Amino acid sequence: MSQTITIDPVTRLEGHGKITIQLSAQGEVEAAHFHVTQVRGFERFSEGRPFYEMPSLMARICGICPVSHLIASAKACEAIMSVRIPHTAAQLRRMLNLAQMVQSHALSFFYLASPDLLLGMEADPNVRNILGVAAAKPELGRAGVGLRRFGQTIIELLGDKRVHPGWVVPGGVTEPLSPAKRDKILAMIPEAYANVALALGAYKQIAGAFKEEIEVFASFPTNYLSLINEDESIEFTDGTLRLVDSTGSIIEDGITAARFSEAMGEAVEPYSYTKFAYYKPLGYPAGSYRVGPLARLNIVKAMGTPRAEAELAEFKQLAPGLVESSFHYHHARLVEMLYGIEKIEEILADPRILGKHVRATAGVNRLEGAGQAEAPRGTLHHHYKVDDNGKITWANLVIATGQNNNAMNLGVLQAARHYVKNGKFTEGILNRVEAVVRTFDPCLSCSSHAAGQMPLEISLVSADGEVVDRVVRD
Amino acid sequence: MSKLKLATVWLDGCSGCHMSFLDMDERLLELAEIVDVVYSPLVDTKKFPDEVDITLVEGAVASVDDEKKIRKIRDHSKTLVAMGDCAITGNVPSMRNPIGPEAILDRAYIQNASAQAQIPCVVVPKLLRVVRPIHEFVKVDVFLPGCPPSADTFHTALTALINGGPLDIPALTRFGA
Ligand code: SF4
Repeated sequence: MSQTITIDPVTRLEGHGKITIQLSAQGEVEAAHFHVTQVRGFERFSEGRPFYEMPSLMARICGICPVSHLIASAKACEAIMSVRIPHTAAQLRRMLNLAQMVQSHALSFFYLASPDLLLGMEADPNVRNILGVAAAKPELGRAGVGLRRFGQTIIELLGDKRVHPGWVVPGGVTEPLSPAKRDKILAMIPEAYANVALALGAYKQIAGAFKEEIEVFASFPTNYLSLINEDESIEFTDGTLRLVDSTGSIIEDGITAARFSEAMGEAVEPYSYTKFAYYKPLGYPAGSYRVGPLARLNIVKAMGTPRAEAELAEFKQLAPGLVESSFHYHHARLVEMLYGIEKIEEILADPRILGKHVRATAGVNRLEGAGQAEAPRGTLHHHYKVDDNGKITWANLVIATGQNNNAMNLGVLQAARHYVKNGKFTEGILNRVEAVVRTFDPCLSCSSHAAGQMPLEISLVSADGEVVDRVVRD
Repeated sequence: MSKLKLATVWLDGCSGCHMSFLDMDERLLELAEIVDVVYSPLVDTKKFPDEVDITLVEGAVASVDDEKKIRKIRDHSKTLVAMGDCAITGNVPSMRNPIGPEAILDRAYIQNASAQAQIPCVVVPKLLRVVRPIHEFVKVDVFLPGCPPSADTFHTALTALINGGPLDIPALTRFGA
């Protein structure tokens, strides 16, 4: 008789998920799944609304990466309007997107993952959280809070609000940047550099202690997808998509937002409200791929900013070919944070950032439009159709977490197989299985969401109904 | 004196209210000196504790699991705070109410799928027909509007709740803030 281990809820995650692990009668792991348990219906209830409302409505999909939704949505609207936004507006949005990347990576690394990394996978669950980190390693705890504050304060300075700013609109942004605000942002940069340097140093010191995790945390070949610039440097806001295989060879390059839905499809599995994206020519699941920091650093050839460039070179040394273990998402996130700070500094050094032309206006000039951007956790795609009056008639979104879904599920299985032997497991082992999911930084409110959180009580029952093992986490 | 117990819960919301809670930044670390965060998406507790002094709830009630959960939370919380517009009015999640769950699921998993089109039904919870705010299920003690309420709002309101001081909510925040 087979048995099931349920981890519910998976904690320190952006949203609600459960993990189930199926064991054979012999106690060997036969299958494991990561379930996303919320569904929200934005694709359907946006119908009938005016297209120019989309950015601020779609941002409410997610309070962690609302900026990515604002940008992808605004770009889809601009395709419908057939306008190109002013240079200053494009740079301001680029800065906003980078600020969000820094704050979201700080959330993922420090608030959600660092308790495992700095306190240990087996640490007391009652202190294994950001407050525990702040108590045990005050400098690092404060660096994390500081980096998140850095990103959120830039968003607030630009858009007047930290969460759900209304500043990004179809055609550009509503307000130019004032010199006073620019100077405020510039004044925060030295502290941000110091904080990220502290984090990189600490991470590199401890990473060696996680050899076993590195080997089994979704460590396998996959395809990868991310935005990239023409000069093959990293890009979060413009550029086109490149899909590479597990050796780094290009499968398809120059995928524009308009072409995305021809290239990528989505499959449904019965156990998750989040769909599974794949590259259509390869079919499902062979065409599955990973997105996000690991994918981006595997795909790009350059960062384009000096400090991050040196870190990228070091990152690429982690493995002989592409860096395959999802554990290295953590490292990639730190490199990208450094890049974000450098790039923001670079953008602000150009006086054109204070330009007054920040918004293009137009009506409906096309009945269909798509936009894409890199969210902190990976590629985000919005696709709308409208009628002649600009009312939305159809919408489809492909979010990062759906594109990582197959790898997350296989990663949970890989770790469960490695750690759960003869039906035996401990709290620390289950935490490791959860930690696999944390490496991907999935955003479950983006990908759908909303389950009840029940106590975690696992009973392993043998074929004759006898409880052979039992773990309760509370 | 033992520390006050604080919980934060996430039902059908976008996590924006939780992000705004975190936007207290260093003030959150100071707060942690006088309260224990005993249950939250940010900590590893899997079971809602028996006795919590203050529970902040984000989001509306949208699935059978949400409903079960909000009742349990009420039973074990002294002060229940509806945090943000979704918890108070249904806000964005309730936009699906005129459409109904079948059409929502059909669009996402049948029409907008290119392989294995099907409605997920294994382990995932059933959706309620209508998304409703939490006070339609249980008694709410404090309503903190905003989409999301600002970090300053959280800080002022929590300080008042912890110290038992006066709390003038309309002076702090409003719907859509
Ligand atoms: S009230 Fe606003 S910020 Fe809070 S969960 Fe709802 S949509 Fe998100």
